[in-house]
Amino acid sequence: MSSNLVWVGYVTIVRKEITRILRIWGQTIVPPAITMTLYFIIFGELIGRRIGEMGGFSYMQYIVPGLVIMSVITNSYGNMVSSFFGAKFGKHIEELLISPLPNWVILAGYVTGALARGLMVGAVVLVVSLLFTPIEVQHPLIMLSVLLLTAVVFALAGMVNAIFAQKFDDIAIIPTFVLAPLTYLGGVFYSIALLPEFWQKVSVVNPILYMVNGFRYGMLGVSDVSLAMTYGVILIAGGILFFTCLFLLNRGTGLRT
Amino acid sequence: MYALEVNELRKTYGNGVEALKGISLTVEEGDFFALLGPNGAGKSTLIGIVSSLVNASSGETKVFGTSVQQQRSLAMSHIGLVPQELNFNQFEKPLEIVVNQAGYYGIPRGVALERAEKYLRQLNLWDKAENISRTLSGGMKRRLMIARAMMNEPRLLILDEPTAGVDIEIRRSMWDFIREINDQGTTVILTTHYLEEAESLCRNIAIIDHGEIIKNTDMKSLLATLDVETFVLDLRESISHCPFVEGMEIVVRDEKTLEASLPKQKSLNNLFAELDRQGVHVLSMRNKANRLEELFMGLVDKSQANGGAA
Repeated sequence: MSSNLVWVGYVTIVRKEITRILRIWGQTIVPPAITMTLYFIIFGELIGRRIGEMGGFSYMQYIVPGLVIMSVITNSYGNMVSSFFGAKFGKHIEELLISPLPNWVILAGYVTGALARGLMVGAVVLVVSLLFTPIEVQHPLIMLSVLLLTAVVFALAGMVNAIFAQKFDDIAIIPTFVLAPLTYLGGVFYSIALLPEFWQKVSVVNPILYMVNGFRYGMLGVSDVSLAMTYGVILIAGGILFFTCLFLLNRGTGLRT
Repeated sequence: MYALEVNELRKTYGNGVEALKGISLTVEEGDFFALLGPNGAGKSTLIGIVSSLVNASSGETKVFGTSVQQQRSLAMSHIGLVPQELNFNQFEKPLEIVVNQAGYYGIPRGVALERAEKYLRQLNLWDKAENISRTLSGGMKRRLMIARAMMNEPRLLILDEPTAGVDIEIRRSMWDFIREINDQGTTVILTTHYLEEAESLCRNIAIIDHGEIIKNTDMKSLLATLDVETFVLDLRESISHCPFVEGMEIVVRDEKTLEASLPKQKSLNNLFAELDRQGVHVLSMRNKANRLEELFMGLVDKSQANGGAA
C-alpha cells in the first residue's frame, strides 16, 4: 500500500469533514457558543456572584475550563456520531468502503474531523469566556494535550455509537442519557471536595471528572485529581476505544453485510 | 488473466436467506459482460461481494488475480462501482463528490480536478458541477455516479442497473459512453432489466436465478438457441378472419394487427408471400419482445419450474 494512498485519502476525509462543519456552521459552531454564553451569564455572572470563590478563583473563572472541555466533549462526540451515522444512513459511506483505503485511515480521518470541530467550538467558548473574565493559563502544554486527547477519546466513542446505530434515535440516546449526566456530574460546575464523602467516592469512577480536572489544572493550576490519573484514564480509555473501533470496522459491523 | 474470477461463492444472510449457492464465474479482461436475473436472484449480492460491501460466507473472489478476501485494498484499487441505489451525499456538489472519490484512491487533488472536468464534461454534467446534487434530475444523478466510478480509471467497471428510470435519450448517451470506455480496454460488468440494453452492449452473459447460475455463455450462442421469434405486424386494411400460414402460428390482436410466431428455420419471405397471396398487406413489423427477453423468460421460467436449478 502506497504512502500516497494513505496520506491523500486521510487529507481528503479531513477536508471533507471540515467543509461539512463549516457548511453547516449554524448547526455546528453557533449553538454551543450561544449555550455557553448563557451558562456564563446565568451560572457565572448571576449565581456565581453569590457563590463566591472556589479553589481560590472567582466562580466564573472556576467554571471556564469545565465549560470549555464540556463543549469539546459534546462536539467531538456529536460530530463523529452525526457525520459517520449520516454517511451510513445516506449510504455514502460506501464511497469509502469500496475504496482501497485501510480502515485505520478512515478512522483517523473521521477522528481528525471530530477533533477539528471540538477545537473550533472550544476556541469559540474560550473567546466568549474572555468577555466575562480574564484567564491566565498556567500550564499551556498540559491544557492543550488534555484537550486534544479528550477530543480524540470522545470522537472514538462517537464512532462506536455510530457503528451500532441503526436509526437516528440511537445516536441521541448515549449523549442524552450517558454523556450529559456524566459531564454535568464530572466537576464542570463544582469541586468534588464540596460533596459528601460517599458521593466523592462515586465521582471518582466518572472518567469525565479526570478530563475536566486535568484541563482545569492546565488552565488554572488547580485540580481535584492527580495529573497522572488524568493522563492514565484518558490514554486507557482512548486505547480501548481505538482498538474497539478498528475491530468493528475490520469486521464490518453495521457497515458490511 | 481474468478480470473477475469467482469460485464456489456462497452467501447466507443472518436471517437464513441463501442468496448465493456456490456460484463460479469468470469474466475475461476487456469483456463487456451482462449479469442478468430476476429481482432477488442474487446479482446485487454478487456485486456486493466483488466490491467488498458484502462479506461472503465461503468461496473466493479474485479481481485481476487479486483476492478480494485476502488483499481487499489492492483488489479494490482495480474496481469502479455504479450501484443500483443513489449513494452520494445529496448536499454536496458533483465536483466535490467526484474529487473526493479520487482522493480515496490516493489520486492527488490536481489530477483529480483534471479528471473530474474530463468525466463530468463527457457525461454532460460540467455545467452542474457546482450545483447541490439533490437539485439534479434523476438521469443526472445516475450519470454523476458513473463519473464518480471513473475517477480512479478502473480496470473493472461494475454497473448495477445504471440506466434504471432514465429516459431513452440519456440512456443511449450513457450506452455510448460505456461502450467507449470498454473500447479503451476497461472490462465492464452490467446488470440491467432492459434486456435490449444487454443484447446491444454485451458480448458474454450469465443469467442468475435463486442464487445459481442457470446460463453462462456468449451472447451470439445464446441468441442462436432462440427457436421461435414472435413479430407484430401492422396491416394496411382491417381483416375479418385470421390468415393461415403453414408451420407458423398467427394470432389476431385486433382487426389491423397480427402476431406471427416463426420457428427459426422459417423465412420471413414465406410469411410475407403467403400473407400477400391471401390479400393481407403488411405496413410495418416489429419484434413482439426483445430476443434476449424471450430467452431470458424461458430460462427463468424453466429454472423456477425446477425449483431453482435449471
